[in-house]
Amino acid sequence: MNYTLNVNGQSRAVDTAPDTPLLWVLRDHLELVGTKFGCGVGQCGACTVHMNGVPVRSCMLPVSTVPGMRITTIEGLSASGDHPLQKAWCDADVPQCGYCQAGQIMTAAALLANNPKPSDSEIDGAMAGNLCRCGTYARIRQGIKQAAGLAPANT
Amino acid sequence: METTPLDRRSFLRLSGLAGGGLMLGFYLRNGAEVFAAAPNAPVGFVPNAFIRIAPDGVVSIYSHKPEVGQGVRTSLPMIVAEELEIDWEKVTVIPGDMDTAFNVLNMNQSAGGSNSTPSSYDPLRRMGAMARMMLIAAAADTWSVPASACTAANGTVHHRASNRSIGYGQLVAKAATLPVPDPSAVTLKSPADFKLLGRRISGVDNPKIVTGQPLYGIDIKVPGMVYAVYERCPVFGGKARSANLDQIKALPGVSDAFILEGTSNLQGLRPGVAILANSTWAAISARRQLRVTWDEGDRANDSWAGYTEQARQLSTQTGNVTQDNGNVSAALASAAKTVEAEYSYPFISHATLEPQNCTARVDGNKVELWAPTQNPGSGVNTVSQTLGIPRENITVHMIRAGGGFGRRLTGDFMVEAAAIAQRGGVPVKLTWTREDDLRHDMLRPGGFHYLKGGVTANGRIAAWHNHIVTFSVDDRPGSGGNLSPNEFPSRFLENYRSEQSAIPCNIPMGPWRAPGSCVFSWVIQSFIDELAHAAGRDPYELRMEMLGTEDLVGTGGGAYNAGRMRGVVKLAAEKLGWGKKLPRGQGQGIAFHFSHRGYIAIASEVTVSPAGALKVDRVVAACDVGSQIINPSGAEQQVEGSIVDGLSTAWLQELDIQRGRVVEGNFDQYQLLRFPDAPQIMESHFLLSDNPPTGLGEPVLPPVAPAVCNAIFAATGKRIRTLPFTRNDLRWS
Repeated sequence: MNYTLNVNGQSRAVDTAPDTPLLWVLRDHLELVGTKFGCGVGQCGACTVHMNGVPVRSCMLPVSTVPGMRITTIEGLSASGDHPLQKAWCDADVPQCGYCQAGQIMTAAALLANNPKPSDSEIDGAMAGNLCRCGTYARIRQGIKQAAGLAPANT
Repeated sequence: METTPLDRRSFLRLSGLAGGGLMLGFYLRNGAEVFAAAPNAPVGFVPNAFIRIAPDGVVSIYSHKPEVGQGVRTSLPMIVAEELEIDWEKVTVIPGDMDTAFNVLNMNQSAGGSNSTPSSYDPLRRMGAMARMMLIAAAADTWSVPASACTAANGTVHHRASNRSIGYGQLVAKAATLPVPDPSAVTLKSPADFKLLGRRISGVDNPKIVTGQPLYGIDIKVPGMVYAVYERCPVFGGKARSANLDQIKALPGVSDAFILEGTSNLQGLRPGVAILANSTWAAISARRQLRVTWDEGDRANDSWAGYTEQARQLSTQTGNVTQDNGNVSAALASAAKTVEAEYSYPFISHATLEPQNCTARVDGNKVELWAPTQNPGSGVNTVSQTLGIPRENITVHMIRAGGGFGRRLTGDFMVEAAAIAQRGGVPVKLTWTREDDLRHDMLRPGGFHYLKGGVTANGRIAAWHNHIVTFSVDDRPGSGGNLSPNEFPSRFLENYRSEQSAIPCNIPMGPWRAPGSCVFSWVIQSFIDELAHAAGRDPYELRMEMLGTEDLVGTGGGAYNAGRMRGVVKLAAEKLGWGKKLPRGQGQGIAFHFSHRGYIAIASEVTVSPAGALKVDRVVAACDVGSQIINPSGAEQQVEGSIVDGLSTAWLQELDIQRGRVVEGNFDQYQLLRFPDAPQIMESHFLLSDNPPTGLGEPVLPPVAPAVCNAIFAATGKRIRTLPFTRNDLRWS
């Protein structure tokens, strides 16, 4: 089946089976590999993208449901990698292996878009669906607080 | 396939450009080969395989170790840059491929055993110092002054007497003609003059990570590649007899499907069925319709419940006696109090968040692999033996890996990709699903410990008896299954005995972050607490007393520096505020462990609600890993990561075995610690000592679980003897 998707502000055509998860369309067809495969069942959050601004698990989202929706991936979060979270992530040196971090950033970006100054428990609630196998949770919290202006930069 | 012209660029071309040039720098052995590789590339000054300085002054440092999240792609080049006297901001780090050019001064390209720092620290300093001395010599020659009158700093050589300076770029041509000094004879900087080591440096790949650029093994795309999945027998050691291959080959997007005979090597090419398709999803979809008739072999009735029963039976017999100091039975008979306890821990997975994967191209008797590996050499050996291709015909591109933890020391996923590419006659990217990853991992062995201990009337440990029951394949214990005869508190007690037995199985087992230590520390440091409470002693004071007053206990490689351990135990207790009076439901715990050359103590505070809900309030780590922390940011990451991993594993993780197969298939059944349950406060304290710098990937993890369990006991009176914590009822009673 042919589908036209709106990804990172661009119109992209794909020809694939209707049940193909958006994750694999992004990775294999559109070569946007920043969105990661971790579990395939919506448990780890590594595949998080925004659909009309809402964080969704792209591994659970059939491509047939996506046309007409506005998809944003980590590659499209900012024009030149300068979203406050991207800058804070580098400043606070958040990643260890880094594999989960695109999903963490996309989830955190949706949180801050709706709640620019989240409390600790609101951060807990928003981030609970994203696993980090390396255990960078404390640095992720620090990165979110820096991006939100709730904590000083590391310098 | 729908791509834009930009998207069609292969990952390697992208990463080559991002690396600062088209030159295939890792093949550098001498200038001639550089010209052969890239005739138009400026050669510059290449004193060794780790450094290239271009005529424009751009400094490239090659990172020779696999990056799996332990930070070596940042920390190791920092060591070179320090001695080279170059600003970090001016350095381009280039990930090296597997290449013997890096095997100088006993360096190697395996990332395991927390060995990257100790095996590279001194040699990499020498690599940097060689280049600095040559650049200084080139400047001195240019100015006709003695080299001893010149100094180097910030990428520039200075001659103070005449107030002249010259940048490294201008010295490249002359330096390249000078004799290369013997690296063992170069002059190293005094650590007092370090400018870079000890500074917080953000990871070199962070800008790519946060913008989602191609970086990991699973992101690789090579021309003509198809996507593969591989179904292995759910029962370990089983073989595929037949499958509905014709039906699978007719499915949309599928280009091929075949059975691989495989070998009986559990760490090698396991028998199975490969499906090749034009996308990952087409391959995964087709696999759902795959029907395989398996020969499940003779282990299809194995179960964890059965193993537990076997362990109990073995515990009633005398095992292989591995240590027998003093007279344990007599000391137990005359002890004022005795304690007996059974401890057990399950099989667990590494669960790297990036599932195993590898991209392979086989061209006649040449193999090219793009592998997120911790140990390219082991993968090459397995591929060579299995495919019958000479080692020297196998090229490995070492790609950043989404987590290692020991999983990627084994080359099974590399040989699978190579065998599928060979049989399919096409380059393939093999991707494991999460279910593959949990059910066909190289598991951390489960185990059982039967302990007896006695205390004297004056509160000392009179005797210690530990009978470990581990697991073996072909009479060889799984990785980390052997309890060392010298493991603490051996040599620290007059009466100490250890015995070992093993349950035969056919489960693939492999190194898991701090093999052995990751579970033995929990058993030992928990049982010390049990004896302390039996003796009415403070757990911290009893530990300090056990560690004695000598510094070195034992000799040679097996020596245990009790002085270093006392230092970190004392520091952890001080930083936690040991001995604070806490209400019921709150408690403090402490534990220590020596592994991978590191002396580590962990102290923690927990809260357990009346309903049994655990909250880890605070974890304090005191670490003695030598004289120098290379990158404090990276070091703290490893400490915090080890705390979270140690807690996550002990709290939540187990793989059940039923009918010879792993039950759990995904993260809904196999839980990892989530954001809200991470400790509220984690502290890293480094006790610098006059010892060579050593690694931090592993040694912090082992004492985490016992420190938390000991705190839980202090809070509730409940002693956790079975992992994970979720098997225990922590409600107040």
